[in-house]
Amino acid sequence: MLEIKKRYVIPGDMIIEGNYRPLMNVIKKDNVIIATRIGIAESSKDGIKVIPLSGVYIPRINDIVIGKIIDNSSLSWEVDINACFSAHLPAQDVFGRDFSPAKDDMKKRLAPGDLVTARIITFDRTRDPMLTIQEKDLGKISNGEFLKISSTRVPRLIGKRGSMIQTIEQATQTRILIGQNGILVVTGKHDEGIALAFKAIKLVEEEAHTSNLTQKVKDLLNVSEEVTQTETNNSSVNNEHYVNNSNTDNNSSDMGNDHSSNITTESPRGST
Amino acid sequence: MMDQTILIDENGKRTDGRSIDDLRDVKITIGVLKNADGSASIEFGKNKIIVAVYGPREVHPKHMALPDRCVLRCRYHMSPFSTDTRKNPAPSRREVEISKVMREALEPAIMLEDYPRAAIDVFVEVLQADGGSRCAGIAAASVALADAGVNMRDLVAACAAGKVNDKIVLDINDIEDKEGSADMPLAYLPNLEQITLLQLDGILNESQFNECVEKAIHGCKMVYEIQRKALIEKYFGNDLPEGEEKELEENKEN
Repeated sequence: MLEIKKRYVIPGDMIIEGNYRPLMNVIKKDNVIIATRIGIAESSKDGIKVIPLSGVYIPRINDIVIGKIIDNSSLSWEVDINACFSAHLPAQDVFGRDFSPAKDDMKKRLAPGDLVTARIITFDRTRDPMLTIQEKDLGKISNGEFLKISSTRVPRLIGKRGSMIQTIEQATQTRILIGQNGILVVTGKHDEGIALAFKAIKLVEEEAHTSNLTQKVKDLLNVSEEVTQTETNNSSVNNEHYVNNSNTDNNSSDMGNDHSSNITTESPRGST
Repeated sequence: MMDQTILIDENGKRTDGRSIDDLRDVKITIGVLKNADGSASIEFGKNKIIVAVYGPREVHPKHMALPDRCVLRCRYHMSPFSTDTRKNPAPSRREVEISKVMREALEPAIMLEDYPRAAIDVFVEVLQADGGSRCAGIAAASVALADAGVNMRDLVAACAAGKVNDKIVLDINDIEDKEGSADMPLAYLPNLEQITLLQLDGILNESQFNECVEKAIHGCKMVYEIQRKALIEKYFGNDLPEGEEKELEENKEN
């Protein structure tokens, strides 16, 4: 497969020479692929990309995010999504086409300070992101504990097909809502469970790039091997509140691989 | 009659014991400020400088936003206790100049087109100054920008060279700056091999100028190695498997 000279890269590092496609956080200059951020370089059949280890959340279309309502104008709410721009949620999305500022009171549905789960429907270089909450599992969040982590750690927190987050949920008897922007809301019956879930999430955030992270988390949660085996089989259906985004699946499958670090990338997917 | 300060003595040693081509001790720590998106602190000889980077974030006031690229704002400030005699906290002309020059040194490295209508703010605070603080500030700002996850084409390394007693020396400190005859700060993109800041304060003839530029670039490359080591240690340090560490060492030597 493709051989990468350096796996751990900083901005300006040359990753690989040759006619490869630059995918994410890399630029191509004179037949050489150069990293533009600190991160882990990966190659796949589609091209070369760098998985970043730090940075502000940059909105992407179709991402599920958790935002906080800051303000409203007459036609939309302004939502803070922990990104470099604030998003807006049009009132027509919530009230329907026949919305009129005169007859419908916006503050009744969503007031400043409320948390919502939303999906980004538009975002480009000329406009701020626009959200929608008219879908399954989206909408106002009524209760729970709020936690902010770096958005670059979210794929690692979700794990391969949701394995990491399910481990944490089952061991602590909580339900964790994850937004791609790094905002989490944890709900649960017992406070100790919630506190333990927070600890586990913090551990994942701090050590996301290390190997054996799954084992460390399991040790923290005092989970035994047999228990997790049977329960992961049962809860493969509970994937709807995780982000189902082809990008994150790629990320999580690469970063969720906590066996020996793969310098020359993944399993044989066909010859080059 | 007062003795003149001996800048270079018979053994070729300078006021602080260094030889002509020695860089001062440089130490970089990353991620020192909790509230900033990226931060770094640098000790360049006796200079102590802290840099905070915020961004990309929304521009306030809104009319300053550019539709197709990001706005970079730099502020270089010396705290009142940073020099021998108290420095007035209000921005002096020198600080305004250095802020502008620093912004122009960092802009070519950042991919500003990736963040339209946003702003990146860089704050450089000098806590102790001892000559060459603008170069140290630029080197630390570049590392802080990488820490903040801003897309960059390359890191910016910076170092100053100068002329003391008719000899071209690398990395002049405060005394050599005041008593010497030329001071040339230089900022450099090591992988792209391009200069982004070049200033000269003093008189040099053509061959001295070329020698000075070469020496400063050589100093920049040394500073770059320290920047890269600090970044790798912060982000990947504890976890490098042995094979990777050896590979990194080999790559450094290449």
